[in-house]
Amino acid sequence: MGLQIAFWILSITAVTAAAGVVWQKNLFRAALLLVACFLATAGIFVTLSADFLAAAQVIINVGAVAILIIMSIMLTREVTRGSPANRLGIPAFLLTGIITAAIIVAVFKTSWPLSGAFPAEPTSSALAQLLMGGQGFELVIHMGALLLLATIIGAIVLLKENK
Amino acid sequence: MAPGLEQYLVLSAVLFSIGLFGAITKRSAVVILICIEIMLAGVNIALVAFSRFITPVELTGQAFSVFVIVVAAAEVAVGLAIILALYRHRHTIDTDKIDLLKW
Repeated sequence: MGLQIAFWILSITAVTAAAGVVWQKNLFRAALLLVACFLATAGIFVTLSADFLAAAQVIINVGAVAILIIMSIMLTREVTRGSPANRLGIPAFLLTGIITAAIIVAVFKTSWPLSGAFPAEPTSSALAQLLMGGQGFELVIHMGALLLLATIIGAIVLLKENK
Repeated sequence: MAPGLEQYLVLSAVLFSIGLFGAITKRSAVVILICIEIMLAGVNIALVAFSRFITPVELTGQAFSVFVIVVAAAEVAVGLAIILALYRHRHTIDTDKIDLLKW
């Protein structure tokens, strides 16, 4: 019962914050609403007993990604221009409505192979075993490291002053 | 009674669609990136929900979610670098005015 209440509070917060990002004219407030959406998502991860991912979500997305976005809003002086919409509002609304309806129908029509097993807690050691313990994820982990290196170099090269 | 898989999947679909709507309709490049982040948060909720309800011991969905977070962080860093470089050259990040590749 408590989990149900927590789920509803967190999901309403997440959806309201996401809708606020879309409707908000002030860019800075939109970025702060994104932080609220990320925090609510971290709470949803906690209700799914994914403790490691909740911590990673708070540290990476709330801590780093949101700061980057707020800094770039400041640096581009977009706050003064607001967040205008283009002319695709009605077609985009119809398209996203159809996609949402299709996903919801598919979710309720499918019979999921649910497992009644009790979830692993805490997940950090089980996740480490899965990612590093010879179950086929090592190459992907190394590619992730390579991707982050390429990202750092790419960001530096893109922002280097050409003289 | 705990919330079921369907509730989490509907929440994920709603978040994904809100993000998609924003990514299509917004003109500021930073807001488009923010909306893509919302879409990725929705996808993460779906992956973790599948992990909790279908593979609660193996945690496969959470492994994929870790990779989604890594790629999202990399995407934001490069995307914002591109936006700042664009702003430096053209003094705008309005996607209606950046039409160099449009014919």
